[in-house]
This record gives sequence, C-alpha cells and structure tokens, in this order.
Amino acid sequence: MGRNPVTWLGSPTFPDAARDALGDTQLRGNLRKATTTIRGKRESAVAELGDWEELRRAGESVKDDVLANLDTYLERLEAAVTDRGGVVHWARDAEEANRIVLDLVQAEDTDEVVKVKSMATAEIGLNEALADGGVNAIETDLAEVIVQLGDDRPSHILVPAIHRNRAEIKEIFAQMPEPPTSDDPHALAEAARKYLRRKFLSAKVAISGANFGVADTGSIVVVESEGNGRMCLTLPETLITVMGVEKVLPRWQDLEVFLQLLPRSSTAERMNPYTSTWSGVTPGDGPQKFHLVLLDNGRTSTLADEVGRQALRCIRCSACLNVCPVYERTGGQAYGSVYPGPIGAILAPQLAGDLHDEQAASLPYASSLCGACYEVCPVRINIPEVLTHLRAEVVEAKGKRTPEAMAMSAAAWVFGDRRRYEAAQKAGSLTRFLARDGTLSSLPWPGSKWTDTRDAPVVPKESFRAWWRRNRG
Amino acid sequence: MSGPRVALFPTCLTDTVYPETAKAVVRLLERLGCDVDFPLDQTCCGQMHFNTGYAEHARPMARAYADVFDSYDHVVAPSGSCAGMVRENHPNLCAASPAATRTYELSEFLVDVLGVVDVGAHFPHRVTYHPTCHSLRMLGVGDKPLRLLRAVSGLELVALPQAEQCCGFGGTFALKNAETSTAMLADKMRCVQDTGAQVVTAGDNSCLMQIGGGLSRMRAGVRTVHLAEILASTQEEPWVATP
Amino acid sequence: MVSARDEILGRIRAVDRPAPSPVSRDYERTRHAGDPVELLAERITDYQATVYRTAARELPYRIAERLDGRGRIVVPPDVPREWCVPEVPWLADAPPLTVAELDSADGVLSGCAIAIAETGTIVLDAGRGQGRRALTLVPDHHLCIVHADQIVVSVPEAIERLDPTAPLTFISGPSATSDIELDRVEGVHGPRTLEVLLVT
Repeated sequence: MGRNPVTWLGSPTFPDAARDALGDTQLRGNLRKATTTIRGKRESAVAELGDWEELRRAGESVKDDVLANLDTYLERLEAAVTDRGGVVHWARDAEEANRIVLDLVQAEDTDEVVKVKSMATAEIGLNEALADGGVNAIETDLAEVIVQLGDDRPSHILVPAIHRNRAEIKEIFAQMPEPPTSDDPHALAEAARKYLRRKFLSAKVAISGANFGVADTGSIVVVESEGNGRMCLTLPETLITVMGVEKVLPRWQDLEVFLQLLPRSSTAERMNPYTSTWSGVTPGDGPQKFHLVLLDNGRTSTLADEVGRQALRCIRCSACLNVCPVYERTGGQAYGSVYPGPIGAILAPQLAGDLHDEQAASLPYASSLCGACYEVCPVRINIPEVLTHLRAEVVEAKGKRTPEAMAMSAAAWVFGDRRRYEAAQKAGSLTRFLARDGTLSSLPWPGSKWTDTRDAPVVPKESFRAWWRRNRG
Repeated sequence: MSGPRVALFPTCLTDTVYPETAKAVVRLLERLGCDVDFPLDQTCCGQMHFNTGYAEHARPMARAYADVFDSYDHVVAPSGSCAGMVRENHPNLCAASPAATRTYELSEFLVDVLGVVDVGAHFPHRVTYHPTCHSLRMLGVGDKPLRLLRAVSGLELVALPQAEQCCGFGGTFALKNAETSTAMLADKMRCVQDTGAQVVTAGDNSCLMQIGGGLSRMRAGVRTVHLAEILASTQEEPWVATP
Repeated sequence: MVSARDEILGRIRAVDRPAPSPVSRDYERTRHAGDPVELLAERITDYQATVYRTAARELPYRIAERLDGRGRIVVPPDVPREWCVPEVPWLADAPPLTVAELDSADGVLSGCAIAIAETGTIVLDAGRGQGRRALTLVPDHHLCIVHADQIVVSVPEAIERLDPTAPLTFISGPSATSDIELDRVEGVHGPRTLEVLLVT
C-alpha cells in the first residue's frame, strides 16, 4: 500500500506553513472578508429554524447509527444499487480507487472526463492518477476551475478557491478562449459557463462524489449550486461516483434531516440551488451506465478509534472552517491537505494514519481549542475533544525523550506535591530580577516564543498562598 | 459563619502570578457572606498537560484535586478554562468525584448559586469585557459576567467588537503556533482599542495574560483587570492598580 | 486473495463498534405556515427567480404571456394539452431531442412533482409534465408550473411524498455560485432564468 495522498507530500508542518501564510496580506484580507460574510449569513439561516438543535441531534444520531451498523448499511446500499442497474466497486485505498476509475474510463474509450467537485476524489489524488493514465480530468465547479487553471491547491472544503478574490480570478481566467470582460462576479461566472459548455455537451464520462448514499433505496445524492453537477450527472453516457463508505445513510427519511442541516451550514442558504438524487440507472433518462466506487482509504481505521471516529460524521459543510480563528488567519493550504480547518486537523491525520509523520502530527495542535467549531457543527462533532485526544496519540508516537515530554514530566512532578510546587513558586518569583520597568520583555527559548510579541507578567514577590498563610493560616 | 462553605481554587497561574485576583475573590465572597477556605494542598487542575496531549500526567492531578476538594459544598475558580477542565474532563480522568460537579466559575457561582447580580461593587472606569472561549462555550456562562458588570456602580460598560473571537492564547498553542497566536492577539487588541475602554476585563487570567502582554508591549494604555477585582472593588475599598 | 469488499467489511466487523443508539427525531416534521402559497412565492423570489400567480382558467393565457416571442421552447411530451398554446413554437421531446437541439432551444416549460414552501424549492421527479432531466437543464430559461395542491411547507413533508427511485432534481432558484468570495451570484451552468407560475 502506497502513501495516503490525503496529506500532500512534502508539505511543511503547520507552524511553518502558517508563518508563510500569515505574511501574505492579500490572502488574509480575502479570507477575512469571505469568512466574515458567511458567518453572519449562517447565523441568520440557522436562526430561522426553531428546531435547529433538535436537527443537530438527529444528524448526530443518524450518523452514529451509520457508524454502529456500517457493514449492514453498505451491503444494503450495494444490493439496492445493483438491483437498479448500477455496478458497485470497493476500494481499500487511494491507489485501488484510482485504478478502478481509470480502468472504467479507459473502457469507455475516451481520454477526457468531466468532474463534479468531490472531496473524496481530491483526497485520493484522482486527477493526477488519471493524468498519469493519459486521461484529462476537467473540473467543472467554478472554484475547482480556478484552482485547476491557477495550478494551485485547494484551501477550503466548500470553496477551494476562497483564498482568491475577484481580481485574482479574472487574472487566472485570462487564459480561457473567451476570457471574462471584467472582475464582476457575474462576468466571471459567465466566462466559466462559456468555457465549460462544450465540454459538458460532449463528455462521454463523468465522475462525481456523493454527499449521501441511501442504503434502503440505493439513492445517491449530490448537493450543488451551479448546475455543473446536474450537467455531469445527466448528460454523459457513463457516470462514476466515488463515495467514502461513511457517506451511507440508512433510510430515505434521513435526508429530511441532512437536506436541512447541510445548506444552512455550508452556503448559509435555506436550500442550495440544485440537489440531484438518482438510484442506479433510469432507462431513457441520464447515464445508462452507473458505477459506484465505495472508498475506505483510512476510514475503517478511523472507525476503530473510539474518540476519533466521530470525525466520520462529517458532512463536509465547512461551517467549522468559516468560524475558526486559526483558519481565518492561515488559510487552508497551511494544513497541507484537501481537508483543512478544524475538521481537517482531526480528519486528515486520522485518514493518513501515521502520527510519526511530522506534518500530520502538527495538525492536531493547529487550534487554540476555542470551541467555535463544535458550536456550529451540524452533526455535533466535538472537535476540541478529538484534537486533545489526537495530541495524546502524537505524544505517545513521539515517545518520552523529546524536550517537551521531559518538560511536561518535570512540571507534572512539581504539581504532584505541594512542597515541590511551593518551592517552584519561590524560584519563579526570582524572574522579577529580569524585569526592567516592571515589564518582562525577553525570555530565553521557549519563553522567547512568548516575549517576541508580548510582555510576560512579572511574578510577584508573594504568592497568594503565602499571603493566605500569613493572614489566615 | 452561616453562609455557604466555599473552597477557593484560584488556579496555579493566579496563585503564583496574579495573587491580587485571588485576594479579590476572597474579599468578594466574604462580603457576600460566604465562609471561604483555601486548602493548601491544591496545586494544578492539569489543564496544560491534558490539552497538550499529556492526559496521563493530568490523571493524578485530577485525582489530587478530588482529594483536596471533595469535602467542600462548593469550589469556586476565577477561571473559565480551569473550571471547564475540572467539570468537563476530570470525570473522564478519575472516578466520579463530587468536587468536579461542584466546581464553578466565579460568575456562575455568584449568579446561579448565590443568586446575586448586584454585588455592591463600585468601579468608576470605562470597561470592555472579553468573554473567554471556555467560559462561553464549555461552561456556557452566557451573559452572567455582563449582568454582574452592568450592576457595578460607576462602571461604564462598552461592547467589544467581535467579542466572541478567541484571543489566541490557547495554552501551549501560544508557543507552538506563536505566529498564529500573535495574529489572533493583534486583532483582539485592535478591537479592544476601538472601544476606547480604559480597562479590558475577563474571567480568566490566562487570556488576560495574553491580551495584557500584548497591550503592554504596545504601550497601549489599556489595562487588563480580572472580573473578580472589579467586583471586589467598592467605594470604601477601591481597586488599586498593582505595579 | 481477499477481495476489497470482504476486506473492508471485515475491517468494519473487526472494530469494537459503538453501541447503536436510537435515532433522535424530535425535530419538527411538519411546520405551520399561514399561507403556504404566499410563503413559497416569497422564498422563491428571494433566490432572484420570478413568481407569477394565476387562476387555473387563466393558465394558458399566462403561459403565452411568458413565452410568446421567447423563441423555441422545449416541452415534455406529456404536458397537459392546454399548456401548449399556439403562440409558441414548441419543441416536443418526442422523439427525444439531441443535446445539440436542447442547447439551441430558447427555453423549457415543465410542471413539477411538489414544491417546498419554507425553502422555496421546486422538486422534479421526471414524472408527468416534467420529462427527463436534461430537458429542464440545458435550455437557459425554465418556466415551471406549480399547482397549489403540490405545495408542502417543510422539507420532511417533501421527503415523505417523493419517490426515492425516481431521478429527482431539487431546484431552488436559478443556477448560482458562492465560489467568488463566498457570496451568492446567480447564473452559471443551469438555467439562468427561472420563472414560476403558481396556479391557485
């Protein structure tokens, strides 16, 4: 089994990547504008529903039911899709999924496919694998077009080009045969429409992801905005859908929960412009060949982690990214994965499955644990809980000999006994001699990480407990 | 004394670095009729260890916390994050302990247990309030601190823009991701300065250490004062700035 | 060699899985709306689509009013006969039109399966008066007829009424994108103009 491409090979650790990103004022401006806009809108979209908390609980419990009975529901989905004329494939990892898709495309005797935006196919690096096999994969979602034409990487789950503003997008679109006439969003959308129209009308094969797959009915659901999804799901003769195994839903009825939770959480709309559902093949309507690829790629090992498995409830709405103070400042690329932000910080390292990898191991620390993500998560993933849980796994993977582990051990030893703690307090109050004018503005490493930008408090001569003893003891 | 028997858990940071806050809690609670004790065997709740991935080290600290505080009716901490650590995480680290469920952040204790909003305080300054993340989201203290502040005589409360955004402290986050932490702090300081307040207050000295450290470096002229010190301040015994 | 299928299912079964908990469904299944027709009209309008209300007997006149002079209009073969007013040059999908023919048409007229008032959504299920999915996708202008008795208020009511085996399309306004600075702009690949005739 090869390396899991969910984290990008050669990415720097989060603190290093963040340092570069923080220096990019354009990026920070773009992100601040976009996330501030969407935050306010999400709040009003959610406030419209008096039963939002009940819907969140329902979403959580349906997904927990899925995780508890994943094998049953997958077999049921497979049977339903097969009954309705679809073909179901199973892929253990990225490499296997890519091979299956490439073979299916080549069997249709074409070297070009159109794609609906899909996190699963981005996660497995499908486009690169298809290119290696001589197949050109054309992204059709506007943001994906921006990323693909800009030879860039995605920085957001919902809006992969969120780091680009309209002026930058116009620049990138200049290479289109009919470039946009201005940087007005309508003009940019028009340019994308013209650019892709012929591709849609002539493509023989389309590739999509899936937001949900309903076990009972074999219905696959794709939630989108632009209509590029409908084009891909309707016009080509062959449709290949790659779906993470955790995207299965037990019952048709469950959609009534998720079709309320998802649009309001992601684009802050009452409903997204288009949602398509289909079950297998419908004679005379849409693709006459349908393949469903069920993807594991680290999901079953994530399922095995009692605390970490709640990350598999994720419906990829991006609400946690939009409220995250860290994400807002560093952008998504700093996370080195198609899954950035708070959910990425818990999902990417778990899917990658190797906490000895420095980059993956740095992700669970990319958070101040402020909890804003948990508050907005439509399926109530307790992201801070998983972050601290994964930090413990990182610590275990790194062993007891790191400077940090030794310092933590020493601190624990001090806190383990009142007398040791009091002795340390007295020693600490010696820092007063370092302070000039009552401020402490430079400490040796690692304290310098603090005093580079902030003064440190001067430890007073008398601790509270010493005062208490003197006055109350 | 007939009032409730309260154990003070000032937290290791406040005990060591911000003793005035702990003294203020004692003054305030005694003024409100509580019988306050400070059990000397207490040290640390283990939050830093737990949040950094050293849950195994935090486990004996949680046990020790229970041993020290289990016999009290109430434990009061002037810290949303430490109270949150105790209430949310201690039950998973050591067998059920009464102390964990009886631990309150100061504003919760005042409003929910003592049932007071006007604590008879006087603080003639323009103040803005930063709701710390753990008090807001982990404990759900809501507007209790603001209700307490609105009842303080002489205090002019000014709303903090983007109040609910994290200050960027996050414990070891401030060191491990120092640049990101600083960027978050810079935005917080800008919001604080936009209010024109003389004082920024919060219910947690760790966040105030971050915000205060930044403001001091900027020579911003805005002081950080813990909520307890504002509530303890009266006409007769007014708050005085520590050097 | 173990198949991928067996290996994945085996991995799942090897996990000490969480105890299945009962699904919590205490959210609102139905919602009250004073006037569902009015609510639907208001919510569709919020998406920059245009809504016209009409009495049943005036429907043919309204269709003509909307489509006269718009060019060639695609129509599913099984729409009610009175919809196909003589003023409009119709392109019936019988025999099936090619994609190029659809692309060169100027609009499409269809009915719908149901509409969801609260979210301003029209749902097509390829049933009577709607045709196959491509018909309402490729032409740039979509005129959709919604009857008052097709309107439900909430999403759960809609899901309950729909046939999961049919290919469904939920439409909430004209095609749009939030991909530029996370702000919604109308008009990308799907029909850029959506008009709705609400028959009451």
